Amino acid sequence: MGFRKVAIVGAGITKFVRRAQETGPEMSYLASKMALDQAGLKLKDVEMITLGSAPDAFDGVHMKGEYLLSGAGGNNKSYIRNFVGGGTGVFAPIHGWMHVASGACDVCLVVCSEKMSSCHPHPQGAFLTIFDHTTEQPLKPTLIWIFALEMRRYMETYGLSKADIARVAVKNKNNALDHPSAQVAEAVTLDDVLNSEVLAEPVHRLDISPASDGAAAVVLASEEVAKRLTDKPVWIDGVGWNLDTAYWATKDLYYPRYVEKAARMAYEMAGITEPHKEIQVAEPYDPFDYKELHHMEGLLLCERGEAARLTAEGFTARTGNLPTCPSGGALGVGNPIAATGLMKVIEIFLQLREEAGKRQIPGKPRVGVAQAWGDLMQVGTVIVLRR
Amino acid sequence: MKIENVPMKGLSSEEYEKTLKISWNPNLQYAWDNGIGIGKYLHALKEGKILASYCEKCNRIILPARAFCEMCWRPTDAYLPVQDTGIVNTFAICHVNWDASRLKPNEPRHIPAVIEIDGASPGQGILHLLGNVEPSKVKIGMKVKAVWKPAEERTGSITDILFFEPY
Repeated sequence: MGFRKVAIVGAGITKFVRRAQETGPEMSYLASKMALDQAGLKLKDVEMITLGSAPDAFDGVHMKGEYLLSGAGGNNKSYIRNFVGGGTGVFAPIHGWMHVASGACDVCLVVCSEKMSSCHPHPQGAFLTIFDHTTEQPLKPTLIWIFALEMRRYMETYGLSKADIARVAVKNKNNALDHPSAQVAEAVTLDDVLNSEVLAEPVHRLDISPASDGAAAVVLASEEVAKRLTDKPVWIDGVGWNLDTAYWATKDLYYPRYVEKAARMAYEMAGITEPHKEIQVAEPYDPFDYKELHHMEGLLLCERGEAARLTAEGFTARTGNLPTCPSGGALGVGNPIAATGLMKVIEIFLQLREEAGKRQIPGKPRVGVAQAWGDLMQVGTVIVLRR
Repeated sequence: MKIENVPMKGLSSEEYEKTLKISWNPNLQYAWDNGIGIGKYLHALKEGKILASYCEKCNRIILPARAFCEMCWRPTDAYLPVQDTGIVNTFAICHVNWDASRLKPNEPRHIPAVIEIDGASPGQGILHLLGNVEPSKVKIGMKVKAVWKPAEERTGSITDILFFEPY
């Protein structure tokens, strides 16, 4: 299609924590510096930078892209912020891919940073402003409402129980025990999840990822530069993104058709015709446990309504046929929104290089997919990586 | 490449208390113009009606009322009232407030729902609350009807409907 090949050649990440003393620029610096060190590059080698971060309301800092500029190494460079809500973390490397695939540059640094703890008493309050200000905000919605509404619709459509859903939280929180960045890794059991505090029936406390502070970064390079830097480049083979209507109550919530559209775009670019057979590892976005199942279906990794059964059968465990969220996901590693999506991309990158340490899945995986989701239940962002 | 020792450790609550910080409690004020389509929707609510838009091209009656059809990307052809009844598409029983603070044990639970409004095209739902119903009795598919504020108290807001109740 006339695109240049683009590889990931380095990655960096901070620990994900409830409250960082570090500021957003400081976190961005830590992740960016690690990514450049891993790639064997200096900041002077970076031509362009793209920065992903979620709503300004968390930080209470207007023009957050400009605020984070210094930490992301952006001074006097071609630097731009991108933003599609919770989908940002996977959109950011897609945006970086555009920079390199188009030939605009050979080396692009992608940085995602999120500091949610500045919003008091709890960042949940800032989510009020994502709802329509005229027709929804006066009802005082919380973000948990829409998750509970969507989860119930999904459960009802396929006759699923809360245990069917909660197995995802058990898997991911346990997987995260092996992730060095993990905030809420826990050896939880199914009973722990089912007996945790009910926040908005059917959603319990442990069905939800935490609010977090953290940053992540990757370095993208053109084919020629990538081959000079590493003998293990991981190629960005396909990218896709799609947004559905903001009239979210008028679409059927049981299926994320926008994720499917984004996935089909990415698969077509990657030449993937049978995703459930060709993809060997996946990081679907899991801010809530049912969302992983929802997204497995939207990513065409299984039939609609089948994801829960596959999870119960161990199909998605690290040792299963299709490991999902081997990192521990947002549920286990933590959910500093934009940084979470990029953490997922980094996990696929490490898995394909067979450098994921204790988290490494068997079978020398060659193709993986990472996906994020967000805005008002309406955006899907998908990236396919190949070794 | 190995990613093992990652930076940052996070603050405990005690450490956080001791950290120097600057606080800001903003009082930003906004007044949003309602525009053409939603303006008509709000005027109708004041009159005790739920207003939809009709698009001739896709033959849909859509909610809330809007000036253009986002699918056909052309102006809508008419505004028309639909019923103030509907069916519950999905619902939740919420124990927390919008700011994540917990409801007190004696406070009634919030029951947000997506309600597909009768008279609109299939699947055209709006977000609202259910009331006058035991949370344990709510079911998907339940028929509900709007409970309006008294006419003299209505202001042209989605809250002119207090909630929907089973009928």
